[in-house]
Amino acid sequence: MSSRNKRRAAAASALLLAGIALAGCAEDSTDGESQTAGGTSPGEGKAGCEQLTEFGDLSDREVNVYTSIIAPEDQAHKDSYKLFEECTGATVNYEGSKEFEAQLVVRVRSGNAPDIAYIPQPGLLKTLVEQTDKVVPAPDSVSANVDEFFGEDWKSYGTVADTFYAAPLGANVKSFVWYSPGMFEENGWTVPETWDDMMALSEDIAASGVKPWCAGIESGEATGWVVTDWLEDAVLRDAGPDVYDQWVNHEIAFDDPAIAEALDRVGSVLKDENMVNGGIGDVKSIATTPFQEGGLPIVEGDCAMHRQASFYAANWDPETTTVAEDGDVFAFYLPTTNEDFGKPVLGGGEFVAAFSDAPEVQAFQTYLSSDVWANEKAIATTAGGWVSSNKGLDINNLVSPIDQLSASTLQDPDAVFRFDGSDQMPGAVGAGSFWSEMTSWITGASTADSLANVESSWPTS
Amino acid sequence: MTAIAPIVPEADPGRDAPRRTTSEAAHTGLTSRWASVAAIVIALLWTVPTFGLFVSSFRPETDVKTSGWWEFFASPDVTLDNYRAVISGSDTDLGTYLINSVVITIPSVLIPISLATLAAYAFAWMRFPGRNFLFVAVFALQIVPIQVTMIPLLSAYVQPPFNLMPLAGADAPGGGLYTIWLSHSIFALPLAIFLLHNFMREIPAELIESARVDGAGHVQIFRRIMLPLMMPAIAAFGIFQFLWVWNDLLVALVFGGGSLDISPLTVRLAELSGQRGQDWHLLSAGAFVSLAVPLIVFLSLQRYFVRGLLAGSVKG
Amino acid sequence: MTTTDKLLQMGIAVALFFGVMGVILVLTSRLRSRAGERLQTAAFLAPSLLLIAAGLLYPAIKTIYQSFYDAAGTTFVGLDNYQTIVTDGDQLQVLRNTAIWVVLTPLAATLVGLVYAVLVDRAKFEKFAKALIFLPMAISLVGASIIWKFVYDYRGTDENQIGVVNQILKSVGFDTYRFLLTEPWNTLFLIVIMIWVQAGFAMTILSASIKAIPEDVMEAARLDGASALKMFRYITVPSIRPSLIVVLTTISISTLKVFDIVRTSTGGNFGTSVLAYEFYVQSFRSFNQGLGAALAVLIFVLVTPIVIYNIRQMRRIEAR
Repeated sequence: MSSRNKRRAAAASALLLAGIALAGCAEDSTDGESQTAGGTSPGEGKAGCEQLTEFGDLSDREVNVYTSIIAPEDQAHKDSYKLFEECTGATVNYEGSKEFEAQLVVRVRSGNAPDIAYIPQPGLLKTLVEQTDKVVPAPDSVSANVDEFFGEDWKSYGTVADTFYAAPLGANVKSFVWYSPGMFEENGWTVPETWDDMMALSEDIAASGVKPWCAGIESGEATGWVVTDWLEDAVLRDAGPDVYDQWVNHEIAFDDPAIAEALDRVGSVLKDENMVNGGIGDVKSIATTPFQEGGLPIVEGDCAMHRQASFYAANWDPETTTVAEDGDVFAFYLPTTNEDFGKPVLGGGEFVAAFSDAPEVQAFQTYLSSDVWANEKAIATTAGGWVSSNKGLDINNLVSPIDQLSASTLQDPDAVFRFDGSDQMPGAVGAGSFWSEMTSWITGASTADSLANVESSWPTS
Repeated sequence: MTAIAPIVPEADPGRDAPRRTTSEAAHTGLTSRWASVAAIVIALLWTVPTFGLFVSSFRPETDVKTSGWWEFFASPDVTLDNYRAVISGSDTDLGTYLINSVVITIPSVLIPISLATLAAYAFAWMRFPGRNFLFVAVFALQIVPIQVTMIPLLSAYVQPPFNLMPLAGADAPGGGLYTIWLSHSIFALPLAIFLLHNFMREIPAELIESARVDGAGHVQIFRRIMLPLMMPAIAAFGIFQFLWVWNDLLVALVFGGGSLDISPLTVRLAELSGQRGQDWHLLSAGAFVSLAVPLIVFLSLQRYFVRGLLAGSVKG
Repeated sequence: MTTTDKLLQMGIAVALFFGVMGVILVLTSRLRSRAGERLQTAAFLAPSLLLIAAGLLYPAIKTIYQSFYDAAGTTFVGLDNYQTIVTDGDQLQVLRNTAIWVVLTPLAATLVGLVYAVLVDRAKFEKFAKALIFLPMAISLVGASIIWKFVYDYRGTDENQIGVVNQILKSVGFDTYRFLLTEPWNTLFLIVIMIWVQAGFAMTILSASIKAIPEDVMEAARLDGASALKMFRYITVPSIRPSLIVVLTTISISTLKVFDIVRTSTGGNFGTSVLAYEFYVQSFRSFNQGLGAALAVLIFVLVTPIVIYNIRQMRRIEAR
């Protein structure tokens, strides 16, 4: 705890210095210095409020937050804002919607933007910045927090054309394989350490009469995204993070041989009738099984492994299934194929974009990017299902074992983190052809054709 | 059936039966047996899917996800948990959502119907240059998808031309209700005008002409002849408009401009599906909670359809 | 806002609206002169036309304009967006699917609605029977999407079934069938959903129309000994012809615009996409404003045959 307090004090003093240095030009807001409402902050002298008192008395002011995070996960968010409201006197209005991605763009374009939006895709942030010019760069206080508490890579996902806009909020780990510890133990199977071990284990399981893998990629209009995650994980492992970055940024062709090789590796699981689709049907049934149900046959013992992100924890029925290393289901790290590239971790998360530079909005941005909030949020999340890549997050504050596993995976010094590639690609690919071509790949299209089709759909400009 | 107005004297099959000849009655009986079979088949085909949902709404979550709803009859396991979760599992109580839906729906039905009845009358029975062209234009504009109007219309609400008062956004009057009513009205108008116009055209010209000869103006004709005759058509359209508004999520989300105070029931329904899951057990219960009001409206408005549209008129 | 506030706002809005309309009607009702009639016409029409112009015409024109611009809506690109649509091989299939939807849905939904309306007309349980067909219209889209999941859901033949149709196939001894995956039939299965929804609309409107057929006409035909089928063919259908056209037209237009069914069932995969869904994807997922607008314009164009048919019918009725 003491080291955290030290860090917090350091951040506060850095902020203070920045404030003094920039006090002379407080009129111009776009340069990134913090706005202040003046007056005495109600949080003066309260623990946890150190970063927020700079913004002055924000009583009666409101911050409107628009997000894709809806019930039941919204409650923990709302609870975690209480400290902010006590410190500043401002009120946070939280609006979650399933139609978030489309509606945010509509609202921003028509001049009715929320104060703050939690954007789950760096690609969408880029579109908003480039197409609307309404996103406000993050103030220095946020930038300083992100420098202190997050890795450089995370900061870069919130940066467009060298301007830093959005601090990371939550995170999830996608490189997980769900399994049943009980089933493994009963059959004498062990959690594999390498990809080859994993495939050997799969053969063993298949020989025992159980289809080793189950999967589902149906997700309404987003059908196919599960396979894009598989492919990204395989590219990270086979070709390494550098090639991955080039591929995501289209510096190499989408259908580069390295990518084709990785997709074939995915195919050795998802397109092999001996491997899938436990408890559901054959290979093609993957395409029509909702992703939420894809792993459920594990509970029934009809399937042994299911590669899916940490957030899949929410899909197990809490009344009948415990998620823990010694419980009914748990996850292991999707093993690497070689030792050249360390321990690649694929993940996702949200970013806090602001459409206003009012002091209460900046204060809220500052709060969200601090270690104080990360721990408040962890404590407020009583049911589990949330982590952050914030280095100030104390893993012991997380409730559920899977969240602890996610957080320790993210904080592992060997981990080479990469953000979900499809979320960074242009919408036409990342939320379009990549999904649909991976779906037709499952239903029979060849690796070469599918990848070539995505390549040809990449926007030219 | 007892509520049938006397203008349709033969509306009750029981009442006109004695007037038929015996051979005719036998004939009708024969065909009506086949007719009944056909009607039952259609009704079954249309109802069984919904019935599946209804059964599912009473099944526990795991059952819903792992076995078909018909298994319910082999091993009945009834739970009211789904309904309980729908009714109480939110910070805002269900009553508030219901009231919001009602508050949104009533003006959104009344306003376009009134406007459209007037406009339809003008298109049907008033003479003015460009009438046919205008009517065709209005009718063709039905094709414009709401999605196309979102950005232009919302911009106009937020930053109205001529610096008028902003209707949407943080300081909107009536908490964003006005823009929702206005938008629903706009989207309903082309179809409403088209439907009502076509019904009005069927009213015999002689009826209107003779009233004109008697010195009645358009307003009088509209009020005394057209409105009463149009009641069934108005009721029919009213029901559909009611349903569209009641089940609408998009217009409320977009044109409410983000005010949470006035979220309708559909917002709660969308929320029920869960953050990442498809919590079908909750959704199926939610669907039936939301269905109750429209069904009551349909059943109570039905008597207006039964009353003949043009019963007793001279047209043949 | 409190509940009282909301109800009060609603009361004010409705009262204000009817107040203004009432005043207009009363003021214009006294006018008898030629110019006065013009004013009356304007009073009847202007509110609707103004709203439609601002809310539909203006966005439509803006869409046409945008279709000549790029993804961000800033650079003029001429006909590039249209060229993209025409040269993309997948779009041909999209157009074909759209055509199948627009032809099949109105015909089938109207036929079912009409037959059912005639069959249950004056039957003992008419109200209840009509409510059954009407039900799908009243169920929200989320409800409908789960309903059909429980109908079409596919599991391997050996597995436990969730979809009712596959359960039936299985119990009769057939293999289970991938309703949403197998091209080209999957489009038909999606159309079935739309028919299921729209039949209630057709039934309600047509039933009101059937009830309007003067009793003496029916009676005369009955006395002539016309069979039920002949009555249907020679009396009922011609009498409600204008309503039939209205219903067919309305369902065609709704079908052209519908994308939710495709969106929730297949996400446009497996060769089931339609124009309206492509428009939605380009506008709200790929954020390609220009291409999305061009697709919307294509939908506008497709309504032309329906409009022309209606103009012809109007002329015919007028000529009588």
